This record gives sequence, C-alpha cells and structure tokens, in this order.
Amino acid sequence: MKDIMEYIGMALILIGGIFLFLGALGIYRMPDIYTRLQAGTKASTLGAMSTILGVGFIQPDWLVKVIIIVIFIGLANPLSSHALARSTYRMGVAPKLKSGIDAYKKAYKKQVKKHTS
Amino acid sequence: MSTTKHIPTLKRKSTIGKFIHTFLVMFIIWLAFTTSLEPAELITGAIVSLILAFFTDRIFSCCGLKIFSPIKILYFVQYFFVFMIALIKSNLDIARRVISPDLPINPGIVKFKTKLTNGFARLVLANSITLTPGTLTIDVVNNNFYIHWIDVKFDDPEKVYKEIAEPFEKILLKIYED
Repeated sequence: MKDIMEYIGMALILIGGIFLFLGALGIYRMPDIYTRLQAGTKASTLGAMSTILGVGFIQPDWLVKVIIIVIFIGLANPLSSHALARSTYRMGVAPKLKSGIDAYKKAYKKQVKKHTS
Repeated sequence: MSTTKHIPTLKRKSTIGKFIHTFLVMFIIWLAFTTSLEPAELITGAIVSLILAFFTDRIFSCCGLKIFSPIKILYFVQYFFVFMIALIKSNLDIARRVISPDLPINPGIVKFKTKLTNGFARLVLANSITLTPGTLTIDVVNNNFYIHWIDVKFDDPEKVYKEIAEPFEKILLKIYED
C-alpha cells in the first residue's frame, strides 16, 4: 500500500514537472504578454497542484494540509494572472490581436472618461 | 445599466446562519491544518473561529446555511469534476499549441453577459474561465465579462457565452442563485 502511494506521488510529480516545463516553453514562445500569461497560468496551476499533491502522496501525514494548499493555489493563481492582464491593459500595452477583435477597448475608454470628467 | 445592486460590505446584515456558516468553514480549515484532535487544540481553534466569524460573517458568507443543503453539495461535486476535466483539457490544449512549430494562435478579446449576481460566484466563474482552454478573464464591468481568447472563433456575445461560460454558469446558478 505504501509503495503504491509512493508511485502515485512520483507519477504526479513527474506530470507536474512536465506541465511546468511546457509552461516555461510557452512563456518563451508566445508573442505578447497576454498569450504568455495564458500559457503561464494554466500550465503552472496544474503543474504546481500536481507536484504538491504528489508530495502529499509520498508523505501521507501532510495530505490534508497539501489539499488545502492546492485549493488555495487554484483560487489565487488565476486571480493574480487576471490582475496582471488587467493592469497591463490599463498601462497601455496593446495586445497583439491577430483576429483584430477587441471588445474591451470601448468599455475601457468609457470608464476612463467617467473617471477623468 | 447594471442590474446588480451593490451593497457595501460593512452595511450588509449579519445573521445567525451566516455566523454558523463562517464558523464551520473556519473550524474545518483549522482542523485540516492542525490535523489533531487534542482538546487544547480544539478549544483554541473554536475560540479563534468564533472571533473570526463574529467579525467577518457578513463579508465571508453570502447566503448562510442554505449553502449546506445536500443538493447544493452534490452540485459542488459536479462542478469540481467539470472543472478538473476543463483544467486538464486546457493544459493539453496549450501544450499542443506551444509544441507545434507554427504556433497556431489567433488571439482576440471578446465579451459576454453573465447572469450571476453573487460576488463569490462571479469570482469562481472568472477563475474557472481563466483556467479553461485558451481563455483569460481581463475585466468584469457591470455584468460583462471581457475575455482574452487565444483562438477566437466568433465574437457574438451569445455564442461566446455558450462556448465559454455556460457549462460552469449553469451549475453556479443552481448553487448560488436559488
């Protein structure tokens, strides 16, 4: 039983490592900050969750605490990347949009007008 | 324009249901962190949870004890599975895009309208959207979500809503808006 838990833990850590690597590769390859955030957030969330959960499986005493940390990462990680994306847009960094669709521009300008007038 | 009535957090009413809800959640987190059943630990945890619940229940809890009804807990479980599948899918999707040599992306910012009025439910929806395939929440203005989409297929708000938000929102509506 203990061996099986350990193998599951190792597998989870390996999977987490692979996803973290892919996230890093994504940050390197993507063209602008928004797409980089996309690659970074998703891969690092699952990667970190999986790695930490793997530690919990290898060391069962920590499992409950580890689950709480995983939940916290699941809540906090997307939140921070959303804050980064929003503040970047408001700093005036234009996204490189291949499709040319930008629904946010209008709403953002409206808000700026409201606050400055 | 906005249909949501925004109530400042300090003016919200505190009820006994909200108090118990906050206390229970705090106490469960305490139990999980200490992982012991010694009386001294339990009493300390209970006192700390009581103090925290007394000060924060109107901010922390949206709808009191209603949240603990069995149907809602079942929906929570369903949401968890829907979310985990979406998370794994999104990782495979982004991995495929990153690995393929010509980098197949077509980014754009789209919007859709949400039906959720509860603050926490909106947070959960925004977070879920950020973690699902190719989408990143940029801002929420009134009832509109603005989404950076790595592979834009259409920009009609209705279709976008169906594609991105519906699977999550219909469960969240059942949990928080009934």
